[in-house]
Amino acid sequence: MTELVQQRPGPESVTEIEAPLEVFDEHVRPVRRRRDFGALFGVVWIALVALAALLAGVLPIPDPNEVTNSFSAMPSADHLLGTDAIGRDVLSRIIYGARVSMAVAIGATSLSLLIGVTIGMVAGYFRGAADATSSLFVNFMLAFPPLIFLIAVVTALQPGLLTLVVALALVGIPNFARVARANTIAFADREFVTAAKALGARPLRILTRELLVNVMLPILSLALVVMATLVVAEGSLSFLGVGVPPPTPSWGGMLAAGRESLSEEPQLVLVPALFFFLTVFSFNRLGDWARGRVGRESSI
Amino acid sequence: MSTGTEPYVDDVVVDDAGQQESFLEVENLRVWFGTPRGMVRAVDGVDLQLRKGETLGVVGESGSGKSVLSRAIMKILAPNARVLDGSRIRLDGVDLATVNPKKNRHLWGVDLSMVFQDPMTSLTPVITVGKQLTETLRYHLDLDAKAARAEAVRLLRLVGIPEPEKRFDQYPHELSGGMRQRVTIALAISCSPKLLIADEPTTALDVTVQHQILNLLRDLQASSGMSMILITHDLGVVAGRTDNIAVMYAGRVVEMAPTRRLFSHMRHPYTRALIDAIPKLDHPSHTRLASIPGRPPTIVDPPPGCSFAARCPSAQDRCTKETPTLVTTPDSERHSAACFFPLGTPEGDVARRRNIEAGVTAAGTPVLSGVTV
Amino acid sequence: MNAVVWRRRAGSVARFFLLLFLVTVAVFLLLDLIPGSPVDAILPPEATPEQRAAAAEQYGLNDPMWQRYLDWLGGILQGDFGRSFQTGLSVSDQILERAPVSIELAVLAMIVALAVSIPVGVWSAYRPGSVVDRVSTFMISATLATPAFVLGILLVYVFAVKLGWLPVLGWVPFSEDPAEHIKRLILPVLTLAAGECVLFTRLLKGDMMATLQQDHVLSARARGLPTRSILTRHSLRQSSFSLVTVSGVVIGRLIGGTVLVEAIFSLPGMGTMVITAIQSRDYIVVQAVVLLSAIVYLSMNTLVDLSYPLLDPRVRKVRTS
Repeated sequence: MTELVQQRPGPESVTEIEAPLEVFDEHVRPVRRRRDFGALFGVVWIALVALAALLAGVLPIPDPNEVTNSFSAMPSADHLLGTDAIGRDVLSRIIYGARVSMAVAIGATSLSLLIGVTIGMVAGYFRGAADATSSLFVNFMLAFPPLIFLIAVVTALQPGLLTLVVALALVGIPNFARVARANTIAFADREFVTAAKALGARPLRILTRELLVNVMLPILSLALVVMATLVVAEGSLSFLGVGVPPPTPSWGGMLAAGRESLSEEPQLVLVPALFFFLTVFSFNRLGDWARGRVGRESSI
Repeated sequence: MSTGTEPYVDDVVVDDAGQQESFLEVENLRVWFGTPRGMVRAVDGVDLQLRKGETLGVVGESGSGKSVLSRAIMKILAPNARVLDGSRIRLDGVDLATVNPKKNRHLWGVDLSMVFQDPMTSLTPVITVGKQLTETLRYHLDLDAKAARAEAVRLLRLVGIPEPEKRFDQYPHELSGGMRQRVTIALAISCSPKLLIADEPTTALDVTVQHQILNLLRDLQASSGMSMILITHDLGVVAGRTDNIAVMYAGRVVEMAPTRRLFSHMRHPYTRALIDAIPKLDHPSHTRLASIPGRPPTIVDPPPGCSFAARCPSAQDRCTKETPTLVTTPDSERHSAACFFPLGTPEGDVARRRNIEAGVTAAGTPVLSGVTV
Repeated sequence: MNAVVWRRRAGSVARFFLLLFLVTVAVFLLLDLIPGSPVDAILPPEATPEQRAAAAEQYGLNDPMWQRYLDWLGGILQGDFGRSFQTGLSVSDQILERAPVSIELAVLAMIVALAVSIPVGVWSAYRPGSVVDRVSTFMISATLATPAFVLGILLVYVFAVKLGWLPVLGWVPFSEDPAEHIKRLILPVLTLAAGECVLFTRLLKGDMMATLQQDHVLSARARGLPTRSILTRHSLRQSSFSLVTVSGVVIGRLIGGTVLVEAIFSLPGMGTMVITAIQSRDYIVVQAVVLLSAIVYLSMNTLVDLSYPLLDPRVRKVRTS
């Protein structure tokens, strides 16, 4: 579940093979792209969730930890999504829980991307000892099953949102490092890099000015996939009770709590389950869409 | 669009006084591909005839539709290919579209078979050479394991593979390119086909091996009496080895003639451009090679007009508006061309001369200095 | 087997031992990383100073770190992972008791995933746009968006709570009641298999679609060979190598997945053991499980690495796809 898989040949990327390549003439006719409603939905949904998480404090919702005496209530005007087993407002907990999911999706992925791309580009550009060291590091990270690695890190450090973000960022690093390294190697022999070298550009300049732009395209499409997996990973940890410590609301924690009364109040499980589903679905569709774009553009 | 060619079909039968009917007949074959960029008209109205024991050369640039043509006959088109209504492929009088592959399991692979361009990729990498042969033999000819093995070894020897017993147990990647192509030929002829399609069989091979493979194909054909379609982009390959040649351009046959006649009396400007592009031995060294200006046309929803007009030194106004059909030439029943201003005719000469004088064709293409009437 | 292959193998083995060393060091340091002294990690918070001193002495905590590492490693090599402070039981015994549950789950899930994804993947590639393809594409994108812990709970809700077809939670040993044992395994195995099934199907379909358009398959079709042979012998065998290349990922996911599934369905495997241990701060148990799963994971990946050239007769020849 917490594993990241890149370059899975999705159905979208394969259909192009069917056409006889010899008859293509890219310069003549633009590709007629189908409107990708899945990706469109993804953008809207994620924007909504992120906005709600950001504005949680100013939204007219009750405090997520405020206990009322209507327990496990069905949705009503007071509580749009009902209340949980100890009378807390579910909508409010979902919105505050979105903070955790979004912090992980954005914070952990960015941190991971930053470190991973740096490692990967340095390794791919300088090769040699830098490459060997970074590949040892990446292989070391990959020596642990991801969820076990997370459990170990979360156990060792103080539980909390920051710990979670750092631990999840660590898990994401190998993916970014591998893709960045491969693309750096692929571009490092191209004419524009040779030209920059001939003009006396320093490695740092070549890495940031010449290579980074080209490496970032596939990295950004990977980032969307990583976001989806890290949201799932955070949910897994919170579900197992080793994520954000209570009473801070998180979707995984709500799911675990709701499980206790599954037969009587299924809505306590179904609501966070739906939010998980839609969020992960959105990231996946955006990732597919981005991969399709990057794939096409880099092939021309 | 095939109406203009129908008299020709009749002519062929009459021509030989009914002795030999066409063994393979392709009539108005149209194969289009649905792509994100629109419909690609890979094959757009092709008519061909081939008689028993004869060899037909199909010549064209990449993208002219010659490979799609062969795949349509073999029924191995990609899933996004559409064979349009009205297309007809007949083998020995049987319409292949009406043949149920499930009921008639021994037509493709037995009567019809094919050699592919690249021997590096046309053998299954994870199965030994021998197993691939015996699988085909056992399935079609119902041989037992022992007989199939003996036959496979015989075939390997027949196509000139040294130590066939040893090669039998090897994987394709352990053989050289030329050896692999011999294996694919052994596979293709394993069930004594009546028609063998060779799709650029030597393009991927070293020049030294090319001749060996072509000679092997010729010898096999001579001894078995099968018909053959030799597909190539290289007129030099088909020159001495075929009875007839069909020249394809942008999904259509633009000229078809007996081989010798095509070289001596070509009618279509494209055929001439192809022949001019062959380096000649009697030219002084460092002679600039003739080339065809422009690039192959787009075959995605093509505009009306002759598809070669943009590159043709003879192009007139009419060529950019109407699409010429394949018409029998007056001086030979078996020679046909799709051109409004054929070479060697008064109107063709006039058209060409007019363009040379103007320095530009009706399609707006500059006429190069080397072009003559 | 040529020299290149052997050199690569030697490299894989060397890397395996190097990583194994690093992993043991890291897992050993895990206890030291935990805030507070290792004694806090080992003893419950209410322990007296005397107990602490005794524990420090007993566990050799006053020794230099490298010595403690060697002692610890020596113990593990003899199968001694220490004792749980909570239960006082030997950690090795606990693991031996619980591992079969996790292994059974993982193996069954793998079998189910392969049994479903191979035919579905092959057929979707062979007939894109068919009912099988469209249903599987829909299921894949739905399952991809459903984390295992969500899927597990939904399955329990539908099949156990609503329909009442299957028992809800818990574990019955095979020796006690085989039928009940299997009934209780159905939902956990399905939950665990779903994710792998999606991965396998997508991968296989993509690879097969490319393979089916390769010349050697077209050539086999042109030879009139039956569909069954074309799909299996001429395509699947080659495409299935892509399954082998992801087996590392798959094993990692299975190990993580069993933890979740055991937690959802309250199964007495190593997953619930580690979660209980974390909650009761039984860090010795956590340490043992982390180390063991890393060793298993690393070994499996190295084995796959080593056996890859055996499976592929082309021995790392360039693939055309």
